[in-house]
Amino acid sequence: MPPRCLRIVSVTGRAASLAFLIAALAVGGRAGAQDQPTAFIGATILPVAGQPITNGVLVVQGGRILGVGPAGMALPPGTAVRDVSGRVLLPGLVDTHSHIGEVSGADGSTPIQPEVRVIDALDVHDPSLQRARAGGITTANVMPGSGHLISGQTLYLKLRQAHRVEDLLLTNRLGRVAGGLKMANGTNSRREPPFPGTRGKSAALVREKYVAAQDYLAKIERAKGDATKMPPRDLALETLGEVLSGDRVVQHHTHRHDDILTVLRLQKEFGFKVVLHHVSDGWKVAEDIAAAKVPCSVIVIDSPGGKLEARDMDWKTAAVLEKAGVTVGFHTDDPVTDSRLFLRSAALAVRSGMTREGALRAVTAAGAEILDLKQRVGTLEPGKDADFVVLSGDPLSVYTKVLETWVEGARVFDRADPKDRLIATGGVGAGNPRAARLCCFGTWGGDE
Amino acid sequence: MRTLIFLALAAVHAAATSCTGGDLAVFGDVVHTMSGESLQPGVVLIRGSKISAVGRAGTVDVPAGTPELHARVVTPGLIDAHSTVGVSGFLNQNHDQEQLEKSAPMQPELRALDAFNSRDELVAFVRSLGVTTLHTGHAPGALISGQTMIVKTHPANVDQAVLVPTAMIAATLGGGALSDKPDKPPGTRAKAVALLRAELIKAGDYMRKRELQDLEKRPARDLHLEALSRLLDRSLPLLVTVQRHQDVMAALRLAEEFKLRLVLDGVSDAPMVLDDIQRSGFPVLVNPTMGRTFDDAQNFSRETAAQLQAAGIPFALQAGYESYVPKTRIVLFEAAVAAANGLSFRDALASITLGPARILGIAERVGSLEPGKDADLALYDGDPFEYVTHCTGVVVNGVVTDNQPR
Repeated sequence: MPPRCLRIVSVTGRAASLAFLIAALAVGGRAGAQDQPTAFIGATILPVAGQPITNGVLVVQGGRILGVGPAGMALPPGTAVRDVSGRVLLPGLVDTHSHIGEVSGADGSTPIQPEVRVIDALDVHDPSLQRARAGGITTANVMPGSGHLISGQTLYLKLRQAHRVEDLLLTNRLGRVAGGLKMANGTNSRREPPFPGTRGKSAALVREKYVAAQDYLAKIERAKGDATKMPPRDLALETLGEVLSGDRVVQHHTHRHDDILTVLRLQKEFGFKVVLHHVSDGWKVAEDIAAAKVPCSVIVIDSPGGKLEARDMDWKTAAVLEKAGVTVGFHTDDPVTDSRLFLRSAALAVRSGMTREGALRAVTAAGAEILDLKQRVGTLEPGKDADFVVLSGDPLSVYTKVLETWVEGARVFDRADPKDRLIATGGVGAGNPRAARLCCFGTWGGDE
Repeated sequence: MRTLIFLALAAVHAAATSCTGGDLAVFGDVVHTMSGESLQPGVVLIRGSKISAVGRAGTVDVPAGTPELHARVVTPGLIDAHSTVGVSGFLNQNHDQEQLEKSAPMQPELRALDAFNSRDELVAFVRSLGVTTLHTGHAPGALISGQTMIVKTHPANVDQAVLVPTAMIAATLGGGALSDKPDKPPGTRAKAVALLRAELIKAGDYMRKRELQDLEKRPARDLHLEALSRLLDRSLPLLVTVQRHQDVMAALRLAEEFKLRLVLDGVSDAPMVLDDIQRSGFPVLVNPTMGRTFDDAQNFSRETAAQLQAAGIPFALQAGYESYVPKTRIVLFEAAVAAANGLSFRDALASITLGPARILGIAERVGSLEPGKDADLALYDGDPFEYVTHCTGVVVNGVVTDNQPR
């Protein structure tokens, strides 16, 4: 389908509603996005926070959403209007588990390395980031691998256009770089010594380390700010301390039913916040997961098997968990599944019994909840970040294309641009690093 | 509900008959025969294991009491043009991985029939989504990894299910079959081709000497050279996995030198050498549309299938070989994504039915719904390519093998 001709029209002389003025004042001055309000009109809007709006209006300004409503709603004076008739607008997708950016984490020296940070190892020019944008992903939890009990600190990224990893970061409510802690159990982390050889040993090693972190926190507590009584700074225990204080969520790789229950047991013992990832056997222990009130990030793979603990993997997992009342998100595990086809995961879950609403929630609002970012992303609501996707049709149809991806009011993917189209379809040059602009010397990278 | 009742009836019917199947009528709101126009609505009448009649509903005489299946959409049973299902096992543990024997770089004597596990879970899994015929066997990843075979996904007895016991000899040129260990050649692209040429020359000598009248001068039978000689006498094609353009050209050069029949496999760089492929007349089994674009496959495009179609190059889609997860791709899904990337619905469906049947030389038996062909059908409750559509039934050789929506 050829790209539609889009028009930008300045709207003047329309009555400005008080609500808009107030909202505009509240978000005014936010950096990195347009100052003039822009209204996207004519599309079917799936806000996820409420009912679909046919022929809806989405107004954004300063990187935030000003308003969402039906056709004819009042627009602030000076609003630029963009006609996106026939399109479908969805909140930017949240991928709760990805490995884009050629990321690495812990090395082979030891099974527990919470001090290792993804921030120190991410290539923002790797084409995988643009592939994620091409799939409509605007927020991603980028994680180290699953070959360790604890493989390091993850990053919750906004997929803004970036020159350096700092351009992608979010801060959490404590003002620290937002991210979780990657943990794993089951077979991937069972290796030659010093790695554990059994499941029992795996759990024991993890418990030992968390007990040490409890001691570490207790010593800090007892020091009452007295520097002479403080324990020597320990990066690993400090990180686990954040987990124990509830300031860092454990993002836990786990497949088999017994491994899932082991995570829930550890969670109960140490009281940390945890999200279960992959959960191949989740359909077998859905009631236990629901009772523990622990969210799940589900992967959808075309066929079962490929590894022993995924032998009973089933597309119905998300539906069974949904029915049990569990918060369900999805993830790409990119490159395990392709970021450009993230919506396909939601669709295959619907094929196997999940509700359409639940599936769309899973790739947006539930993902935001899982990453503790629901104040900012996951739905199209006034005040939230202007992260959205322009689709050519039904989000769950194979024939639908991601036409545009917007992060905080800036377009970061545009299928009408030949360079972006190449990323979306693949082809000669699609695997090259993304071209970056330099201040004074033109560009480097890509074919340029 | 009606569908469910009929499915239940059919299941009883299937259980009551032998593996040759009995009479059955399959009705579809749309029947994509692939041999002509689609029928709306249509019916396929089955006698024993074969199709006896196909036509618009009402124009085919369906004997009273014939068990019926009903579906929104009926297609020929799908053909996966290149897979390793049944050979590269479901659990991905040493004991079920039979697709690559690493003891020598060239082992054309390895038969797929001796490696195929017809009861591997993935055989039934791909069948439950409509796949009734597999071209499977030794995987890409060695200079010559072994032979391939063509087999139905039912029945479980491999000697009954097999269509073609030796279909092709599988080779790989390029990064996928190079080693960095000096004692495990080939280590370079040029060395790989040199090894292959030397071996084919040896096989040519062997063929000539085996024809000698003087029995004393005839060499002893050699399974390795015997297998290679089937490439030279053109009774088997070389299935050559080539991703980069220089590997495509190397394969075409080999074919020219030894007068080989080729089936080009993968071919990420196809758009760069489209004219050469077209001139060669060789068919292409293009990479799975959702395949990962790593290493040699980094230029692969989801639109390559559409480009091959536009250039008039015979091609088919495939599930390919996966070493991790998904342990197999589903050729239906790969065709769906091709249909969303420039290939028409009909061409996409052809790329997993009649297209591969022709390339694999089995179009007399399968690939379209025509009287006299094997009664292999797939039933869907909507557009087969849509993510949310279910495969509601599968018939192989007239037997209803699957009737649970997947």
